[in-house]
Amino acid sequence: MTSIAKIIGQRVALGALTLWIVSLIIFAGVQLLPGDVATELLGQSATPEAVAALRKSLGLDMPVYLRYLDWLGSILRGNFGTALASGRDIAELIRPRLFNTLVLAVSAAVISVPLALLGGIVAAVYRNTFIDRAINVVTLASISFPEFFVAYILILILAVHVAVFPSLSDVDSSTSFLGRLTAIALPALTLAVVVLAHMMRMTRTSIVNLLGNQYIETARLKGLPEWRVLVRHALPNALAPIATVVVLNLAYLITGVVVVEVVFVYPGLGQLIVDSVQKRDVPVVQACSLIFASTYVLLNLMADVLSIIMNPRLMHPK
Amino acid sequence: MTMLHPPRIIKTGASKFVSAPLSAKFGIAVITLYVLTALLAPHLAPYGEAEIVGTQFEPWSARFWLGTDNLGRDMFTRLVFGARNTIGIALMTTIFAFSIGASAGLTAATFGGWTDQILSRLIDVLMSIPQLIFALLLLSIFGTSIPTLIIVIAVLDSTSVFRLTRAVGVNAAASDYVEVARLRGEGPIWIMTREILPNIAPTLIAEFGLRFCFVFLLISGLSFLGLGIQPPTADWGSMVRDTATLIVYGDVTPLLPAGAIALLAVGINMVVDWFLHSASGLKD
Repeated sequence: MTSIAKIIGQRVALGALTLWIVSLIIFAGVQLLPGDVATELLGQSATPEAVAALRKSLGLDMPVYLRYLDWLGSILRGNFGTALASGRDIAELIRPRLFNTLVLAVSAAVISVPLALLGGIVAAVYRNTFIDRAINVVTLASISFPEFFVAYILILILAVHVAVFPSLSDVDSSTSFLGRLTAIALPALTLAVVVLAHMMRMTRTSIVNLLGNQYIETARLKGLPEWRVLVRHALPNALAPIATVVVLNLAYLITGVVVVEVVFVYPGLGQLIVDSVQKRDVPVVQACSLIFASTYVLLNLMADVLSIIMNPRLMHPK
Repeated sequence: MTMLHPPRIIKTGASKFVSAPLSAKFGIAVITLYVLTALLAPHLAPYGEAEIVGTQFEPWSARFWLGTDNLGRDMFTRLVFGARNTIGIALMTTIFAFSIGASAGLTAATFGGWTDQILSRLIDVLMSIPQLIFALLLLSIFGTSIPTLIIVIAVLDSTSVFRLTRAVGVNAAASDYVEVARLRGEGPIWIMTREILPNIAPTLIAEFGLRFCFVFLLISGLSFLGLGIQPPTADWGSMVRDTATLIVYGDVTPLLPAGAIALLAVGINMVVDWFLHSASGLKD
């Protein structure tokens, strides 16, 4: 048990180190700006007073390392500064949108994960049949289709021709729970379609690999029913790779969410970052990328830890 | 070096093509169609790339085969020119990403030791930030112009090329013929380009197809978000964005550029699958 704790400890430390470096990169991004940040942001025609004021408000008159420590310190206290475009507090701006994005990502996961596991197992059991080939085709489509293509096809079918869901996901804090569910149905479905095939395929592969093992053969020869062989003998060993794939796909949802939110005009973090890039509102982009990147790093870390915990061989070291 | 006579190349190429599975033939046909469209764009298109020829959102007609867009430009013309711009920019980016990634990967594999450690850890860190988010951060800092776009995406994408090149390169670098070359006193450049590179070329070619797909989808995504290729350049991602409002009226026009992107990606994936299958020597 000590060895497993040690391995996990190392991974967590590595994750923390990565997070720190990510914060350095995101901070350094602004310092990389050619010329002066303030002039760059205000444009060439800005008055020297305006430039000086912005330099002071961004803290550009301090040395770099002090600025970094100051920046990191305030972020750890939940203070992201103010947006350049609107002058609003970034933390205030982000909070409701982060919640919306999380609701969307979680709904997509709730739809896609059980379907992917079920589909993967079915494809593994009935491999080289029609079902298996159909899943192959879907995988090819899902890695080749841009998210907005999937999104517009779904809109065309489910919002225009059948008209069950709205094509715009306009929600605010006063929207009821049911209203929210209908509003996010299409974006969540789009995201689910995008990640589903990959998860399904990986589940299939790991189960097919396991089914070739001798202990499965033994279980079958003992006369166990097929479902028992599958659930009690194959699945426990397949859990680690499947858990990894699921978490990695959730990490993928983080980037997928950006395009999908723009398609459906959903007021989430993804839309905020795109708007801010257009306005070149660097502090907001910094804050959003920091949130996206840390979630990504944390999910990757979780995938690592899960695969260690779920690996029966590591749980009982020789 | 053995020089293959041109007819022989055509003959082996043709026989390979005939024996290819249906999906690969389909893929090759799609790629050929796209390349021809891109090359012949000015001759195929009835109007100019950014020419305003009608009123906005005109329906499909004999004059405007696929209708007009939000500014009254001919959709078919824009689609044809889009092939040239979208594929051209994605191809340049991929080539650039490969030059950076493959040379860094080969350097890491050939020298090993500290060079390898430093490069590999650097790449690990760059890869720990999701690519799209990193691209958005960099584009907000450097602004959105085509050269910036190409450089940003190429640098970000070179990380995956580095990983693969290094992984297969390290294997090749450990083999006897490289050892012989080292003992013979060949320089690192010779070892990289004459000993290691030819042996990992098939893997890199397949990877080139996959990376192109990825870059192509990423740039289209950014253009769709309004952050990639900027107007008036015709580009499929931004064309979807421009005509997107039509979808709620049941008009499939926005699906055409989106479908054009999807079809090329499908075609390339099919060819790469076939290439990997035949290069790995698997027979079923």
